[in-house]
Amino acid sequence: MDTRAFANRAWLFVVPVMIVVLFSSLTPMMTVVNYSFQDTMGQNNFFWNGVGWFQNLLDPTTAVGQRFQGSLLRNLLFSAVVLAIEVPLGIAVSLCIPKSGWRVGAALVLIALPLLIPYNVVGVIWQLFSRTDIGLLGVGLTAAGVPFNVTQDAASAWFVIIVMDVWHWTSMLALLCYAGLKAIPDAYYQAARIDGANRWSVFRNIELPKLRKVLVIGMLLRFMGSFMIYTEPFTVTGGGPGEATSFLSIDLVKMALGQVDLGNAAAYSLVYNLITLTVCWVFFTYTTHADQKDAA
Amino acid sequence: MSSSSVLSAPLGAASAAAAPTARRPSGTTVGIALYVLFLFVPIYWLVNVSFKTNTDILSGLSLWPQHPTLDNYRRIFVDPEWHASFVNSILYVGINTIVSVAVALPAAYAFSRYRFVGDKPLFFWLLSNLMAPPAVYAMPFFNLYSATGLFDSIWAVALAHCLFNVPLAVWILEGFISGVPREIDETAAIDGYSFPRFFVKIFLPLIANGIGVAAFFCFMFSWVEQLLATTLTTVDAKPIAGMMSRAYSAAGLDWGLLAAAGVLTMIPGAIVIWFVRNHIAKGFALGRV
Repeated sequence: MDTRAFANRAWLFVVPVMIVVLFSSLTPMMTVVNYSFQDTMGQNNFFWNGVGWFQNLLDPTTAVGQRFQGSLLRNLLFSAVVLAIEVPLGIAVSLCIPKSGWRVGAALVLIALPLLIPYNVVGVIWQLFSRTDIGLLGVGLTAAGVPFNVTQDAASAWFVIIVMDVWHWTSMLALLCYAGLKAIPDAYYQAARIDGANRWSVFRNIELPKLRKVLVIGMLLRFMGSFMIYTEPFTVTGGGPGEATSFLSIDLVKMALGQVDLGNAAAYSLVYNLITLTVCWVFFTYTTHADQKDAA
Repeated sequence: MSSSSVLSAPLGAASAAAAPTARRPSGTTVGIALYVLFLFVPIYWLVNVSFKTNTDILSGLSLWPQHPTLDNYRRIFVDPEWHASFVNSILYVGINTIVSVAVALPAAYAFSRYRFVGDKPLFFWLLSNLMAPPAVYAMPFFNLYSATGLFDSIWAVALAHCLFNVPLAVWILEGFISGVPREIDETAAIDGYSFPRFFVKIFLPLIANGIGVAAFFCFMFSWVEQLLATTLTTVDAKPIAGMMSRAYSAAGLDWGLLAAAGVLTMIPGAIVIWFVRNHIAKGFALGRV
């Protein structure tokens, strides 16, 4: 039961946020909408193009449609792979974080560090690390007889980008799960001990259900993060070899700022944004629904 | 949680012995050690390269610098353009953090304490901005800030990062504020505190941790974001990433310089984490556990 007072004057508190976020989101979005329905022959003369750009984009037989479909599928595959690795690994790491003493703080600070490294520096670290002439990983793999070349071979490029993302973001899931684990009262563990539960059933029946809420947040943040990834893979591979690691953002920036293909890029932006908005909405309705069920 | 505290009282003495870590500390210790090793080998490699001369770097693999040198760092410290880029980055991150937390505070209070017309759609709309891909905004931001004359200033980047940091700060602060009992607000009103005085004198100290955590996250996401930061600047407000891309020249990569600059960008993050280490876990859960 929601016992919060109903007061429309609370809107006054929200006004500053509205002004700042509207300026940063709605104004630029209107520019995109504007471009997406118009075409130009240069000299800033625009004319109405209806849904032409959108038809183009969503038709996989056109060049742009093919590009969009390719990037979308690659990006979905990338998101699926990193989530499948990072979520179980993050849970496992959170269970390994020390429970008491100075080692807790030390472990938390150490594992949080990758999260505060600028994205381009993350890219530089892995570009350097995977070089076959001066990087430890590249030299090691080559010495072990593995055919490895990030700039020539698509499988190598994917391997580095996935390991890089796991390296970069597993810590976030581990910290989320650690916070969730800390919120479990000792009494639960004591009850399980009295019942003679083994380590697996403690995890399965006590820890995992209590982690559900933070895991939903973590999976959403990781899905979104991997779905809009740009700087890190771009620094390592530049989207190549060929188009092999050209994800949605990389493709879009190339189209919008590189080729200045305004109409196509604007339609691309809107469809891209609509996909993230849909996922966000599903998440939002799911969590409010779950919260109401918890409260009931 | 009243039932659990009743249950734990008689069993409290047994709890120390029952801790799973007491029985087998080795497994988890090895696990965390391996993970930290995985995180730090690539970072060590960057540090290693930053202390080498470029001839040393290209002459082959060595696990530590054969002729350790501070020359790469010296080149950064004596170059005013590098100074300026570090100052620019720190300034736009600082402005963004202050603005984001300041505007988010009253909004988070409103979402936590009141129901009002349109509160849920509004919260969803805010959240959706947190999830919007920066690449979508790169082109329109370029137009917007060129039109308003803010292009190539630290204000452009600081404002652009508000797009995702303001909703994030609202989300985090709302979680922390909801953890403060509403009776405190009511008691203060009965005691004759005006609302602004209550908010500043009583309420802000109560959610100081939450403010710290929100500021930490705004700092973090503004510090690491590079796509918008480099798109919205050219010369005057060039951030570190803009300077670093210079090391990719036609003559080949200046790995020593690039590595040294990379190492320096990790220092502010490391300092900030140290300050929030006790709240970091709860912070990552956005105050929602």
